[in-house]
Amino acid sequence: MQQIVTGNRLIDGVVVFRGPGGSWVEAVDAAEVLGDDAASEAAFAAAMRDFANCVVVDVALIDVKAEAGHVVPLRLRERIRAEGPTVKSDYRPDLRPWDVRQIG
Amino acid sequence: MYRYDEFDAGFVNERVSQFSDQVYRRLAGDMTEDEFRPLRLMNGVYLQLHAYMLRVAIPYGTLNSAQLRRLGRIARDYDRGFGHFTTRQNIQYNWPALKDVPAILAELAEVEMHAIQTSGNCIRNVTADHFSGAAQDEIADSRPYAEILRQWSSIHPEFSYLPRKFKIAVTGAAHDRAAIRVHDIGLEVRRNDKGEIGFGVFVGGGQGRTPMIAREVREFLPEADLIAYTDAILRIYNLYGRRDNKYKARIKILVHETGIEVLKQDIEAEFERIKDGALKLPAEEVARIEAYFAMPDLPARPATSAVLEAAAGADPELARFAEVNLHPHKVPGYASVTISLKPIGGIPGDASADQMDLVADIARAHAFDEIRVSHEQNLVLPHVALDDVPAVYAQLKTLGLATANAGLITDIIACPGLDYCALANARSIPVASRLSERFGDPARQAEIGPLSIKISGCINACGHHHVGHIGILGVDRRGEEFYQITLGGSPDETASVGNIVGRGFGSDDIVDAVEKVVDTYLAVRTDADEPFLATYRRVGDAPFKEALYGA
Ligand code: SF4
Repeated sequence: MQQIVTGNRLIDGVVVFRGPGGSWVEAVDAAEVLGDDAASEAAFAAAMRDFANCVVVDVALIDVKAEAGHVVPLRLRERIRAEGPTVKSDYRPDLRPWDVRQIG
Repeated sequence: MYRYDEFDAGFVNERVSQFSDQVYRRLAGDMTEDEFRPLRLMNGVYLQLHAYMLRVAIPYGTLNSAQLRRLGRIARDYDRGFGHFTTRQNIQYNWPALKDVPAILAELAEVEMHAIQTSGNCIRNVTADHFSGAAQDEIADSRPYAEILRQWSSIHPEFSYLPRKFKIAVTGAAHDRAAIRVHDIGLEVRRNDKGEIGFGVFVGGGQGRTPMIAREVREFLPEADLIAYTDAILRIYNLYGRRDNKYKARIKILVHETGIEVLKQDIEAEFERIKDGALKLPAEEVARIEAYFAMPDLPARPATSAVLEAAAGADPELARFAEVNLHPHKVPGYASVTISLKPIGGIPGDASADQMDLVADIARAHAFDEIRVSHEQNLVLPHVALDDVPAVYAQLKTLGLATANAGLITDIIACPGLDYCALANARSIPVASRLSERFGDPARQAEIGPLSIKISGCINACGHHHVGHIGILGVDRRGEEFYQITLGGSPDETASVGNIVGRGFGSDDIVDAVEKVVDTYLAVRTDADEPFLATYRRVGDAPFKEALYGA
């Protein structure tokens, strides 16, 4: 089972992922993919220290599938967290809706 | 208009500076999330799926243009250029940074707004009929009473830690546009045979996991007893409401478990004890508050408008807008205009900063500076001269705000669902968008007539699916989005909770399923004058079940 660590940045709430070396990154593809339980546990413990140090909140381990440079969370909820809302509006040029069926 | 008095101003400003300090300490690392969470929630700040969410109270859905313009400015300066109007007549911002929230609250305080009582187990923002003070059929404007209740409940020491959140709604007309029967307390302004004003009082309604229609506990409560009686209900609830189980803590469960007759006796006994005390509401006080809500000076006009008739004659789209989005006003020659936030295929309840600015401008120029937010997630200009409707329409059209669908099948209520909400099981907005596209053709909407679709992304029912004529509830079935259909719900004076029609549908099939329901209705209605709800109540589930699942 592949996993990554995610959270929300305390200062602005933005969804972030724990990258290699313990930095927090916004792009899910840049997350450090954890290949076994020991790696997951160690990364989660390190992330919880960042929680205690007021860097991130809502820290969680989530299941993913990593392939060809893309990291895709397995649960729809986590995919939407990673990719953004799937909504569209003719009056909102800022929105780049995506189709959940095209990912994963 | 709601006058935020000196007490409010002092209190809100103090709260803003207190919260600024708390945010500062949290960001500096001097406070843990466990310490901070209750403080941010008290100030309307939630942590959602993608970001923080700030919920701003709009008491009884009433705004002036300066306030709406400020809401737009906040959307532009601190968010992504949009705000989302909710079924609680509030506005939510989906992407504020925590570090900016103190500045946002300070900006709100400048226009006498705040985010207090939008979270937690307190008495929440009191909601009201969005046509209050304008509707032809109303007995009295419901907002002064909502305001009196707001003042009484604001920061009420005894009622800040109730067993659970508590929602009150008020309607001024027998036709209930405020869904009072699905609130913890619902009040309907009534007039008795002596011509006095009072209230029908309903207790124990609610949606969520255990939907219930409120029970009438008083047919006519004199106006002077409004606060004492409400206080008595709250005291009984505070005393007996369950605190051991979050799912059983709402007053509806108390009504259900104790029985309405016993509860009524308890309430009446408590009321007897306190009714002649300090909570008596003097007529002068009501008059003082009512003065703030006085109808603007509307110059006399002929009942019909030659200007509107001529313009509508030349423009069928305007004609349709005038037919669908105008509501009868108590003053001849005027109407209340619904500004639909449900563009075909769009996001129910969302408005851009530019749209908010435009509506504010129109309200100033043509609507006596008044705007309302409806629980149906639309905006309303309560007082517009019929002569001005063509100009208002033309301006609304420039930013996609002239959709003629108030009360029709594409006027869909949808909660934020899994696209934004941390509690969701399934998405709501994309389902609403697809349904809106499917039924968007104006001729088809006209043929179908009044029909409400309401969608919630989980059983919390923020999208009011239980009281949709067609309700849609998103559930999670082994990691897949799945949608349950209920039929026959209604939020008005004939309130009913919809019945689950059968097994649910996957995301790919839900739109077709709803279309089958609608086509079945068209096939079995007596004629075009029998609306969906009446047909459903006449024929029951059977033809719909058959259409959806076969014999
Ligand atoms: S109904 Fe559920 S999914 Fe929808 S906004 Fe409410 S809590 Fe979120």
